[in-house]
Amino acid sequence: MDNPTAQQSPTYLEEFKRKGYSRKDFLKFCTLMAAYLGLENSTVGQVVQALTNKPRLPVIWLHFQECTCCSESFIRSSHPIVADVLLDQISLDYSETLMAASGHQAEEAMKNTMTKYKGEYILCVEGSVPTAADGVYCMIGGKTSMQILEEAAEGAKAIIAWGSCASNGCVQAAKPNPTSATPIHKLLKGKPVIKVPGCPPIGEVMAGVIVHVVTFGRLPELDGLGRPKAFYSKRVHDTCYRRPYYDAGLYVESFDDENAKKGYCLYKVGCKGPSTYNACGITKWNNGVSFPIQSGHGCFGCSEENYWDNGRIYERASAFPGFGIEATADKVGKVALAVTGAALAAHAIMTNVRKKKLIKNLEEEGKQSEQQLKK
Amino acid sequence: MANVNSPKLRRVYVWEQPVRIYHWLNALVILVLIATGFFIADPLTIQSSREAGDQFTMGWVRTIHFIASYIFFFNFLFRIYWGFVGNKYANWKQFIPTSRHFFREMWQVFKMDILMLRGKEHMSVGHNAMAGIIYFFTFLAFLLQCLTGFGLYASMSTGWWFPSLFSWVSAMFGGDIFLRQVHHWTMWFFILFAVIHVYLIFYHDYVEGRGEISSMGGGWKFIEDDVFDKHMELPNEPPKS
Repeated sequence: MDNPTAQQSPTYLEEFKRKGYSRKDFLKFCTLMAAYLGLENSTVGQVVQALTNKPRLPVIWLHFQECTCCSESFIRSSHPIVADVLLDQISLDYSETLMAASGHQAEEAMKNTMTKYKGEYILCVEGSVPTAADGVYCMIGGKTSMQILEEAAEGAKAIIAWGSCASNGCVQAAKPNPTSATPIHKLLKGKPVIKVPGCPPIGEVMAGVIVHVVTFGRLPELDGLGRPKAFYSKRVHDTCYRRPYYDAGLYVESFDDENAKKGYCLYKVGCKGPSTYNACGITKWNNGVSFPIQSGHGCFGCSEENYWDNGRIYERASAFPGFGIEATADKVGKVALAVTGAALAAHAIMTNVRKKKLIKNLEEEGKQSEQQLKK
Repeated sequence: MANVNSPKLRRVYVWEQPVRIYHWLNALVILVLIATGFFIADPLTIQSSREAGDQFTMGWVRTIHFIASYIFFFNFLFRIYWGFVGNKYANWKQFIPTSRHFFREMWQVFKMDILMLRGKEHMSVGHNAMAGIIYFFTFLAFLLQCLTGFGLYASMSTGWWFPSLFSWVSAMFGGDIFLRQVHHWTMWFFILFAVIHVYLIFYHDYVEGRGEISSMGGGWKFIEDDVFDKHMELPNEPPKS
């Protein structure tokens, strides 16, 4: 394989044309991306300009402890150009799953990009980094994922954490986390990381983040947890089409009941929509066909930190720490209340025994006063 | 005709009116918050023939919860303010140990009221040191509940600037899923506290006969003449309460 970095001079538009897309398709794509990014109508021109004039950004896409569902989601984003752009045209210089090269060639491609485009390439990371046992749980080409990440992050223009693994550890980091799987922002101290959580994140959201970086040359606006505000500022609950049932107080009680058929709110069967920040309710999945709640299943909360340990899938309440997985706060609370009640009853009895004299004196005193009043 | 065994009681104005209003308002909104909170966590099944569009049950319960939480928060802020301008029984030093005396009194209370041993008969006019430090912990629970509650509320409110002051909380707790659990757990502290609190008020009224229960009504407590004098004798000491 030739050095792929040599192909990076053409702009996005040139590449689209080469691929056989018309200018109309290109404009459609730009409009779509601007809409996903939540940009004003007037900024569509800016997106068009950027993609017309700017050379394609070299991208290094690293895979560590992950299942590749992020890549799957990415290459299946609804608009054909999205897939093409992101696959062929952002010049994926290195991606274990998708590149043609392998072995030494692949390693060299990465090295070339890193030196030739120092400070210009985008580093995308899919998967968490195991730090236990000096990182031996995930090694590629004789290097640990930690080493690879550090080297690649050095000269990156922007670092994107694809999916929940890279953003917050996901399932590998769930208890007991045997490999000490760590999200990348904890390893790359002082480097801004765009977190795009989700298991997987929505393909259009991933494309949108890249287009934003290409168009504006800087990171999109991020929230307190480092996620792009354009996609993660609203709860799934706030954009859910079943929300009116929630406010009305009409809930599915079990998955096979009448309420489920009527399409009531899935709150009581454990939907995590009210605590999950994602764009599923608006952008949806598979070309806007559906999303979990629309298919009758509650939200998992897959884009939330530690969702494997924090919540139960089919219940609202989760386990109260230290009392076993069956004990919810309400169960523990009821027992604590019963114990408190019993302790207070015992205390009341003891009071009457131990402080008998004191209480009797008080009573006598009161009785005497009462006697005196009679006179 | 005076009796030898009957000590004269002196009336002391312990709980000022703002403290009393704070107390009962707090009690009311906490009850409302617990009731609505339980409903929000696990709503009851509603059987109704009305159209979904005509119903707003969860909406109303949440509205009540939010209104009560605003009252709770600003009432709490007021109480902190009153800890600096109110009388000595309302002062912040009643809650945070600043002297060895405070710990000595805590030990006394533990000995007398929990181990049921003999101890110094009367120590405090306001609440005792043990109660004080427990109230300090409840204030911490108030704070935690306000932070977690408004932290959850921040992202659903677009009304005005105040809730957005709490938007950092969710990030600190690593997301809303965990945050709402913490909010739920803390509520149980309030429930347990309320039960023990009410019991102890009855207990003190019963074994001391100084008007513990009614003090939060009119503000007065009654202490024996000799106790009053003993407190008077040490004018340079901090209030022994």
